[in-house]
Amino acid sequence: MTAHDHHDGPSRRKVLECMTWAGTGVLWTVAGGVPSAVGLIDEAMAQEVKGFSFLQISDSHMGFDKPANPNARGTLEEAIARVRAVPGNPAFMIHTGDISHLSKPSEFDDADKIISQARLDVHYVPGEHDLLDDEQGKLYRDRYGRGTRGSGYYSFDANGVHFVGLVNVADLKGGGLGHLGREQLAWLRDDLAGRSASQPVVVFAHIPLWTIYPAWGWGTEDSAQALGHLKRFGSVTVLNGHIHQVMQKVEGNVTFHTARSTAFPQPAPGTAPSPGPMKVPDDQLRMMLGVASVTFRQNEQRLAIVDTPLES
Amino acid sequence: MRYLTALAAAAALVASLGPTAAGAAEVKIGIDNFTFTPQVVTVKAGDTVVWTNNDDIPHTVADPPKFRSKALDTGDSFSFTFTTPGAYDYFCSLHPHMTGRIVVEAATGSNDAR
Repeated sequence: MTAHDHHDGPSRRKVLECMTWAGTGVLWTVAGGVPSAVGLIDEAMAQEVKGFSFLQISDSHMGFDKPANPNARGTLEEAIARVRAVPGNPAFMIHTGDISHLSKPSEFDDADKIISQARLDVHYVPGEHDLLDDEQGKLYRDRYGRGTRGSGYYSFDANGVHFVGLVNVADLKGGGLGHLGREQLAWLRDDLAGRSASQPVVVFAHIPLWTIYPAWGWGTEDSAQALGHLKRFGSVTVLNGHIHQVMQKVEGNVTFHTARSTAFPQPAPGTAPSPGPMKVPDDQLRMMLGVASVTFRQNEQRLAIVDTPLES
Repeated sequence: MRYLTALAAAAALVASLGPTAAGAAEVKIGIDNFTFTPQVVTVKAGDTVVWTNNDDIPHTVADPPKFRSKALDTGDSFSFTFTTPGAYDYFCSLHPHMTGRIVVEAATGSNDAR
């Protein structure tokens, strides 16, 4: 430890947290000091860790048939074919919402039929398009909400990583953005309480949890409170959809990332009169749709996120 | 010719409203590019407002608990008859940054102001 004595307090503390964490299986480090103690990790365990990855798909909008993509079913099938071709046995898939376009049972049925071809467990959160039934989300919760709370939020652990699925599309208020609400924020606080700050956390929700472009509603009004609960964690990855394009931002220990849609692209912020579906030439559509894979890499605090378009 | 078409349309409208709706008007609001157009509309009590979604994405029209439309797909409309004077601030429950206002004035005594 003497070799690291020149580090300042917080950095040393984090190094120690890392070492604690490494003992439970996932090997990762933080900026500010890579202790030689990493070498203590069992090589086999490190190998196993190297292989942990999962996938994200988003915004399949099953039922969408407008000019921007008259065949959203076909492109979802192509996306699932991509998923099946991903090397390295991904552990599961998350879907960050807008499974359906109009919350119709037939749309959910069609999406389920195609997505099940991936032969992976899928962890869902709803998008605003999934809560359009008369009871504002009952259909969604009946299908995907088993074991969830409130509007459909939940958490689980996989390979030592803590995953939190949040809902920021329910009961939205006029003039506002995406919204988590007091009840869900209190649950999040309790869910994270007592966890080691060295445990990597992955948070996923439909609308971005960082403010991208409020004029188009691309943000979550109370996300700062959620991020406040996550501040003490050394590695936080926030995965969102909704904006149908890839964007990434790194702020301290938090990496924010949005995934492509499998259905239709949307314009870059402010480049069009509205965020509506963007019609592009047919031969370019598949370059703007796709899936993401997320891998926990050895010796890196940040998860490796690879966005794969349907065609490049 | 254009005049005659308009006249026929007006006649059809009056016919469809029927005698009990005499004097009441139908006011149209478009939903274009994620915007209620016009955004602020003043009507008389008894008037009916009809919203039509012209976007390629669904929207709703909501001022809960007073009214809330189903999701309006492209070309779908929602109508609501305002009977009580006052200001109604509504929004799209899918895209809540989309807002609009209906100001409902009393039906009698202020016809000159229209």
